[in-house]
Amino acid sequence: MASKGIKDAVAIVGMGCTRFGERWESSTDDLLLEAVGEALGSAGVQRDDVDAWWLGTLGSGQSGLTLSRPLGIDYKPVTRVENYCATGSESFRNACYAVASGAYDRVMAVGVEKLKDSGFSGLLRADPPSDGTAAELSLTAPAAFSLLDPAYTAKYGVDPVAMREAMTHVAWKNHVNGARNPKAQFRKEVSRETIEGAPKVAGRLGIFDCSGVSDGAAAAMIVRAEDAYDYTDRPIFVKALALASGPMRGGLDPAYDFTSFPEVVHSAADAYAQAGITDPRSELSLAEVHDCFTPTEIVLMEDLGFADRGQAWKDVLAGEFDADGRLAVNVDGGLKSFGHPVGASGLRMLYEAFLQLRGDAGERQLADPRLALTHNLGGRPGGCVSFVSVVGNERG
Amino acid sequence: MSGASMGGAIGLLGYGAYLPSYRLGSDSGVRGTRVVASFDEDATTMAVEAARTVVPEGAAPGALWWASSSPPYLDKTNASAVHAALRLPSVVPAADLVGSARSTFAATRAALASGGLVVAADVRIGKPGSADEKAGGDGAAALLFGEGDAIAEVLGVASETLEVLDRWRDPQRTTGEQWEERFGFEQYADLVRGVAARLLDGAGLAEADHVVVTSGNSGITKRAGALVKGALSSGASPIGFSGAADPLLGLAAVLDVAGPGETVLVLSAVDGCDGLLLRTTDLLAGRRPTRSVADQLGAGRAIPYPTYLSWRGLLERELPRRPEPDRPAGPPSARAGAWKFGFAGTRCVECGFVHVPPLRVCRSCSAVDAMEDLSLADHTGTVATFTIDRLAFSPSPPVIDVVVDFEGGGRTTLEVADADPDRVAVGSEVSLVFRRLFTAGAVHNYFWKARVR
Repeated sequence: MASKGIKDAVAIVGMGCTRFGERWESSTDDLLLEAVGEALGSAGVQRDDVDAWWLGTLGSGQSGLTLSRPLGIDYKPVTRVENYCATGSESFRNACYAVASGAYDRVMAVGVEKLKDSGFSGLLRADPPSDGTAAELSLTAPAAFSLLDPAYTAKYGVDPVAMREAMTHVAWKNHVNGARNPKAQFRKEVSRETIEGAPKVAGRLGIFDCSGVSDGAAAAMIVRAEDAYDYTDRPIFVKALALASGPMRGGLDPAYDFTSFPEVVHSAADAYAQAGITDPRSELSLAEVHDCFTPTEIVLMEDLGFADRGQAWKDVLAGEFDADGRLAVNVDGGLKSFGHPVGASGLRMLYEAFLQLRGDAGERQLADPRLALTHNLGGRPGGCVSFVSVVGNERG
Repeated sequence: MSGASMGGAIGLLGYGAYLPSYRLGSDSGVRGTRVVASFDEDATTMAVEAARTVVPEGAAPGALWWASSSPPYLDKTNASAVHAALRLPSVVPAADLVGSARSTFAATRAALASGGLVVAADVRIGKPGSADEKAGGDGAAALLFGEGDAIAEVLGVASETLEVLDRWRDPQRTTGEQWEERFGFEQYADLVRGVAARLLDGAGLAEADHVVVTSGNSGITKRAGALVKGALSSGASPIGFSGAADPLLGLAAVLDVAGPGETVLVLSAVDGCDGLLLRTTDLLAGRRPTRSVADQLGAGRAIPYPTYLSWRGLLERELPRRPEPDRPAGPPSARAGAWKFGFAGTRCVECGFVHVPPLRVCRSCSAVDAMEDLSLADHTGTVATFTIDRLAFSPSPPVIDVVVDFEGGGRTTLEVADADPDRVAVGSEVSLVFRRLFTAGAVHNYFWKARVR
């Protein structure tokens, strides 16, 4: 494996996460102050104790000034990053490396997105001037991910009705989980009938097969692992950080069949090697995955090694990824319940891992969790970036 | 005489016609067949479809003359997009003749003088409920002239010019005006007879075998058979007045059925009268387009009237809550010209992997800059998977997108043209058509779509 990883070199000692939702009352600045304030308080540090900052946002601002201006940060390094829907995770990954390198002792990773000021549905693209021929310019995200459904049923001979039920189960499960999370955008359980009967957006995807659109921010305070207990008696240690950016071959290659994300397979293998995980199904306690659309979560169960090829739909229907199943997936409610403020999502997933591994998840608390996985992907079937992290509550 | 024309003489080498596949539905109040272009078609895209069947591979015409009364652009040559889509060499001149069906005859005269491709296309719009809406038609037709083995000899061309207020249009508007048709009929009738007589006299003929009279004046077209009679057939436009395309569509419909050695007289009464007299050769039967005008006319699909009105900008619909697309940019479009307009991919010379669109680094073997050009515009493909996108911005939602695997290699994702959700399936065979994806900032985003065969 090309990555050496930084297993147990850095730790998370505090986190913050805003309530996600249609935050009409809050600006990007307000969301940043809310998340960073909670993270600083959680770690017991002051703003000026932070040596360097990373900020992830897709489109709610440019440059480090997007963070230094509202916070009034005095002449510290602030780096703005963007990596599609993995933007929040990318902020975290780079911040971890900054501490692991020895350059800084205390770094804050922040992510924010203010989607609800645009007046449009879904995510907006900010593409460079082009010749106007790229399919991504017209094909929306739900349409691109809807391609997974017929491809999957065709390849594995799954009855489309059963596949539809599995998609519905993903949405149902994540809304059940989100109903128990005070920070989620949607806090109501949704019946299977409502999910299946919702107006169609693309292919067989209805409104409830799509993640919501919301505003939010989240932040993580990262320190050297050996210093972690100076801040808290319950630090979370970073076991693995993996990122894979694809060559976008799938859209060009008739051999690609739209039933897998090769980028996810590569990033998961890299992360498991870094963390020393040989059997993710038994070693992981929970996984926060990128459920942008319901068929995505089904395919991810296979790409992340949680289910055998062609079997995930069955495992989903059997409740194996429910909160009380063999591996809780998106126990916080996922993108489904939180919406997807792009720059914040990866850190929101990490926030749930942080709460669960510290025993602070309230009515969602899982029994004795040790290792958690977070996963983001940005792009679409045929070409994406994929991020996988593993964090744990014991230093190895 | 029949048989090939003499070497050196300019004759008709080929012809093509294109009719869009939509028809006004009965809820419009139109009885009969009103051929209407789709929302993504215009006089440029239809010209490409008519012309691409005419130009033989590797035998570029000497010039390209494009005629229309509904130009998608002014100040910018429309013929250059047609030229690019047909992948003609840059030394072939291409120019627009814009205004009326007279422009088509001007183009024809230019092509008769030195060879060339004439292609005429029009989208004819009438005010809701008007005669123009009911009796017009959208379409395109192309004639290829040059030396060599002709499908028809040219016996003569003649014109009469008349300043007359019969039909006119404010250049700022899409719909036009007409004086009382009986006035125009009286103005034109003698000119039509006169041009016919001059041409027939010049060729030493008493009458032509086939006569087509086209005009924007319905008095003329209604009496077409009586004005100038053909020995075997007499008639008017096959689809209703289609502007600049009308005389050529009329001619194409006759060439679809004419026997060898028969004479064909085309008369166009617009601000005077233009006429062209041809005699078919025995090569015609073997060089007809795959689909006749009659076949195309019979294969339409009705659309609801409100949909048609919204396509023409006569009814404003609620759009999806999505941003409008950005206009295509000039420099990237110029760099990608062979791809964007000619649908040219590349094939890796090291491993044979086909790239659609072109890439410099092979996606299969990583060879760098080891590509050969490969035009896929005429390739067919099959649908690997597809989706119906109800959220995407489109003048006519929903958008249907297909992942197409091409015969001989290559995959890409394309929008479906003339989309009928019930007719798209995994495994459907598709071919490519030149269309307009959208218009933004007054820039028409021309590109190729997949059409289910």
